[in-house]
Amino acid sequence: MSTESMIVLRGRCVVPGRSEGQALVTRDRISGWGGIDSRTGTIVETRHELRGVSFAGKVLVFPGAKGSSGWSNAFHLTRVFGVAPAAMLFNEMTTKIALGAVVTRAPAMTDFDRDPLGCIENGDWITVDADRGVVEIHKTLRPA
Amino acid sequence: MQLTDDERAMADGRDGPAVQRAMDLLQRYGRALGAERLVATNNIVASVSATTPFMRDFARRKGGMDAVFSEFSLDSADVVTIPKIRAFTTHTQLGFVPDEPERMGVDEATVQFYRQGEAFITGLGVQATNTCTPYQVGNLPTRGEHCAWMESSAVIYCNSVLGARTNTEGRESVGAAMLTGRIPYWGYHLDANRRGTHHVVLETTVESTSDWGLLGYWIGDQVQERVPVVEGVKCIPNLARLKHFGAAASSSGGVEMAHLVGITPEAPNLEAAFGGNRPIETLRFGAAEHRATWEKINATGKDTQVDYVMLGCPHYTMEQLWEAARLIEGRKVNADCELWIFTARAIKSIADQNGTTKILEDAGAHLMTDSCSAMSRAVPKGTRVAAFDSAKQAHYLPAILGLQAWYGGVDECIDAACTGRWQGRFA
Repeated sequence: MSTESMIVLRGRCVVPGRSEGQALVTRDRISGWGGIDSRTGTIVETRHELRGVSFAGKVLVFPGAKGSSGWSNAFHLTRVFGVAPAAMLFNEMTTKIALGAVVTRAPAMTDFDRDPLGCIENGDWITVDADRGVVEIHKTLRPA
Repeated sequence: MQLTDDERAMADGRDGPAVQRAMDLLQRYGRALGAERLVATNNIVASVSATTPFMRDFARRKGGMDAVFSEFSLDSADVVTIPKIRAFTTHTQLGFVPDEPERMGVDEATVQFYRQGEAFITGLGVQATNTCTPYQVGNLPTRGEHCAWMESSAVIYCNSVLGARTNTEGRESVGAAMLTGRIPYWGYHLDANRRGTHHVVLETTVESTSDWGLLGYWIGDQVQERVPVVEGVKCIPNLARLKHFGAAASSSGGVEMAHLVGITPEAPNLEAAFGGNRPIETLRFGAAEHRATWEKINATGKDTQVDYVMLGCPHYTMEQLWEAARLIEGRKVNADCELWIFTARAIKSIADQNGTTKILEDAGAHLMTDSCSAMSRAVPKGTRVAAFDSAKQAHYLPAILGLQAWYGGVDECIDAACTGRWQGRFA
């Protein structure tokens, strides 16, 4: 009883590769060291809107990185522990996030033609083809 | 990305597999940033150490310290033998104080593993300075020098105060940089990105180290990771004040570069600091902002009975140790409180010779090196309420360890340590 609609975003490849998963969206920047638990892929920062939520296997959609220079190492460890996000989509390019995305080795993109925070919602099914620079957002619309 | 002939040869394996893996990572990282090329660097501040049981098990299972370096400093899919480093490298602070396992709450096996790792990395040529303030102990880059530094409080000091050039690097990029002498030419390596974006006008006196910490904390909150230009500084800040300012601004926000008009090298005047940029916003730091920031940083402080006082974030300067010794000489740390002070190894050795260490320890303080409470997550057992002269610690420790934090000047902190009560006030 549900229908599906799809939105396509185009952006720049940060880390090549293809993957898919459920969207996990936040408007808060994410801290690496001191902000996530690398063993579980859970956000632990005290005042973060996703505190207690795990990004393992999700397509993480967020504005960008903040905090310590330990950002890349904290995300690197999520890969080693098998709890990395399936892909990362973000807006603000910094050295922290570029290096963090590279060593997490999950497909990553930025510089979109539309703000992903404006058109992706939690639970949307997202396919990321960073090699081609294309993100497909599959929305499941329930009848009113 | 454009590579020089030398870089191409490194990428093709001329200098062995570890250097090849390092070039592979630098190219992946540079492409991710959108950098057009790399830049030569001979000045690295890096964290290479392994201080956790996880790292110890990883080393045991995967092939020793070469395996730890291959994975966590080069992002290499295979284990390669790590050769001696090519670029001058000093080490950042550690995850604990190796000389103080009991106070740090770590076991002897963890210390043994750390020592084994330290022998490995110093064998590669890394200088075991083990400090967040490399500029205090012999790593003092020249204006314009291209660097690759970790540690946010050191990065802002390097860019702003020294006029050297670095982005906030991470463990893997500095690992690659120390083997190749290269880092992506992006961000704060380029003139255009070093110019001011926000105009900050001081309308109140900013003089003490505590004032500078509050100003930094407020600015970071206001501008996040942009470049503030501060006008109206009346009292020229010393090393300690600039250090506390930068550490605060890079904790509440992500400031990597700030200009103080008439003081820092790329801000001889307002026009030069903006370099043609039109300020996005003009912000005013007056008495009301000053007080509101003091109240915000003290927001978790409720109980005036203080269990723990920590000084030395970022690592204390020689002058700050001398000042602390003058304040505490002839007094005693209260039986219900502990006072821990952190500095760099090199500075402690002078304090030892000078008698400063003895004055502090006779009063009941503990002078330690290499780490701090935020990095080690170590505080005296049972600590509920702590006091700091560092906005950075007061920012992080309530979140990391769930304790109450008071923030004030070193005099208020030492009074708290000796009386066991917080009596700090907004002055």
